[in-house]
Amino acid sequence: MNRATLDLWVGVFVAIGLGALLFLALKVGNLSSATSGETYRLQAKFDNIGGLKVRGAVKSAGVVVGRVAEIDFDPETYLAVVTMKLDKRYKFPSDTFVTINTSGLLGEQYIGMEVGGDSLMLKDGDVVKKTQSAVVLEKLISQFMFSKAAEDGNAKK
Amino acid sequence: MISPSSDSLVKISNLSFAYASRPVLTGINMEIPRGKVVAIMGASGCGKTTTLRLIGGQIKPTSGEVRVDGKVVHQMSSDGLYQLRRRMGMLFQFGALFTDMSVFDNVAFQMREHTDLPEDLINDLVLMKLNAVGLRGAHDLMPSELSGGMARRVALARAIALDPMLMMYDEPFAGLDPISMGIVGDLIRKLNDALGASSIIVTHDVQESLKIVDYVYFVSEGKVVAEGTPEEIKASKAAYVHQFVWGEADGPVPFHYPTSQSYGEEIMTQSAKAASRG
Amino acid sequence: MAKRLVAMLTNLGNRVTSAAWRLGFASRFFLMILVHSGTSLRRFHLTIREIYFAGALSLIIILVSGLFVGMVLGLQGYDTLQRYGSAEALGVLVSLSLVRELGPVVSALLFASRAGSAITAEIGLMKATEQLSAMEMMAVNPIARVVAPRFWAGVVSMPLLAALFSAMGIFGGYLVGVKLIGVDEGSFWSQMQASVDFREDIINGVIKSFVFGVIISWIAVFEGYDSEPTAEGVSGATTRTVVTSSLAVLAADFILTAFMFRGA
Repeated sequence: MNRATLDLWVGVFVAIGLGALLFLALKVGNLSSATSGETYRLQAKFDNIGGLKVRGAVKSAGVVVGRVAEIDFDPETYLAVVTMKLDKRYKFPSDTFVTINTSGLLGEQYIGMEVGGDSLMLKDGDVVKKTQSAVVLEKLISQFMFSKAAEDGNAKK
Repeated sequence: MISPSSDSLVKISNLSFAYASRPVLTGINMEIPRGKVVAIMGASGCGKTTTLRLIGGQIKPTSGEVRVDGKVVHQMSSDGLYQLRRRMGMLFQFGALFTDMSVFDNVAFQMREHTDLPEDLINDLVLMKLNAVGLRGAHDLMPSELSGGMARRVALARAIALDPMLMMYDEPFAGLDPISMGIVGDLIRKLNDALGASSIIVTHDVQESLKIVDYVYFVSEGKVVAEGTPEEIKASKAAYVHQFVWGEADGPVPFHYPTSQSYGEEIMTQSAKAASRG
Repeated sequence: MAKRLVAMLTNLGNRVTSAAWRLGFASRFFLMILVHSGTSLRRFHLTIREIYFAGALSLIIILVSGLFVGMVLGLQGYDTLQRYGSAEALGVLVSLSLVRELGPVVSALLFASRAGSAITAEIGLMKATEQLSAMEMMAVNPIARVVAPRFWAGVVSMPLLAALFSAMGIFGGYLVGVKLIGVDEGSFWSQMQASVDFREDIINGVIKSFVFGVIISWIAVFEGYDSEPTAEGVSGATTRTVVTSSLAVLAADFILTAFMFRGA
């Protein structure tokens, strides 16, 4: 075969191969929406993180503003230490309330940022003071049952 | 005997070679003088092709040495060996043309690999080489479109691409019709004289090669058993040479593959075995 | 009885020794390919030619099977997901299974049988017809001139083919899921984009297919170069290429998956 035709076909092959990769990266993967820009780190401590995972979403008002970078266990305080990477564009007041929420009844867990009113903003490396742990469904149900049983007991008296 | 001169291009002394533990060559001595065409003859599987591979440095001898142009081949570095091979041309048994290239590209292969010649000069050289073997008109055919004789001639043109000092032919006549055989034989002689090269032909085709060579070595069971000019060989009274040259079925090379038992004994034991099995 | 046992043990020992010897030779051969890769990069048209044979000619089989695999995933995935009322997750299911596993693995298996066997047969035939010997006698190293370009062509082609397979499969899943069954188009794509991570899933998939490309090309060129120079030898080597490289790909897939997606 002629070298020019050969080059043409290989060129076509490589071009559509790279096109497929690009399609995977942009249309299928979340490269376009990933927080590829600059980030800053915040830490928060929780009694219980439930099913939160590394790379889980950090949302404020439902919008993804960052990702969970690390999850560690502090052997002195027996608390879970969650490190988050937040987009540099979004600043939060220092009294922001950090909670662990669940999307839907059985969905994935994510971190929610409930904005406070302080004029001081959180900076890179800060530790968020106000946190609320994950709601563990089993605990919730048993609490409900006990309180129901207690109510029934009271009513009988 | 050719006058023993230190000027021989190839000098083989006490050369032995064994595959695993099976000896193929046991202490052979040969000389290929410059400018001559020498044939190495013998029955199939007697180690002729092995000799060529030893000269080309593709395998290493178990003992002895091959000197080409004064240098011991198996002691050369791989760079030195590649330098040496550029000055050797080899025609393989069935041509060994590169099946994925056209005739033209086959002949141009070495020029493109080893020289920086511009493409138009290569074009001229290739057509010249093809013209020498009479196949200039076939330059854009693929090897699969060639007849056996034509393929052999293209391979010959490819082997002389870089004007080698030593040509080696491995069974150049095998599987050719008498006309092609005559053409190839003629070419071997003419090209040798035109290039001022020396040639080694490994063959079992006695009649064709005796017409063109200057000297003949007979090899049998890894040894040189006879040597001489074509006239001496034809007139030879040695039983082996006589059998080989005149193509007799039985002689020193037996018709029967050797067995430990006589025919009668073997028949008896075979039928006894069959009876015990049945 | 004892005699038979000894014979069996001797046979086993011989097999183990020859397997070890082949593995050693194959490793040395791999190094030799790397050392002699200069030619295939300097004279890149040699490699381009092999990319045409290994890659471009595998396009049809890869595209068609990718489409069908994706369509089957769409049907099966929908059937399972709708029982749990989460048919919108179809995009996630189709894309993750393709990008992480099926894309690299199935295209590698197809590549091994389409291109790997062809490489082995070609090199084996060149050896059987003394073309490799002839090249050596013409002072051209066959590893640099014949083996290395084919090896690199396989390594380059494999990730591209795997990406094409995945893209085509996702398109097939989209056709069946959205166009045929009627899953909501918006949630099909948005859920997919939310759960497929570029680095975690796509880059890892590309790394997998790259590793598979190295494995298949290595086995294919080695089996060809090491084949018996006879017709049976070449056909045996071709079969061995397909069998060995398929098994090697699946084993490597397990190891890579264990490293990449552990606990995530």
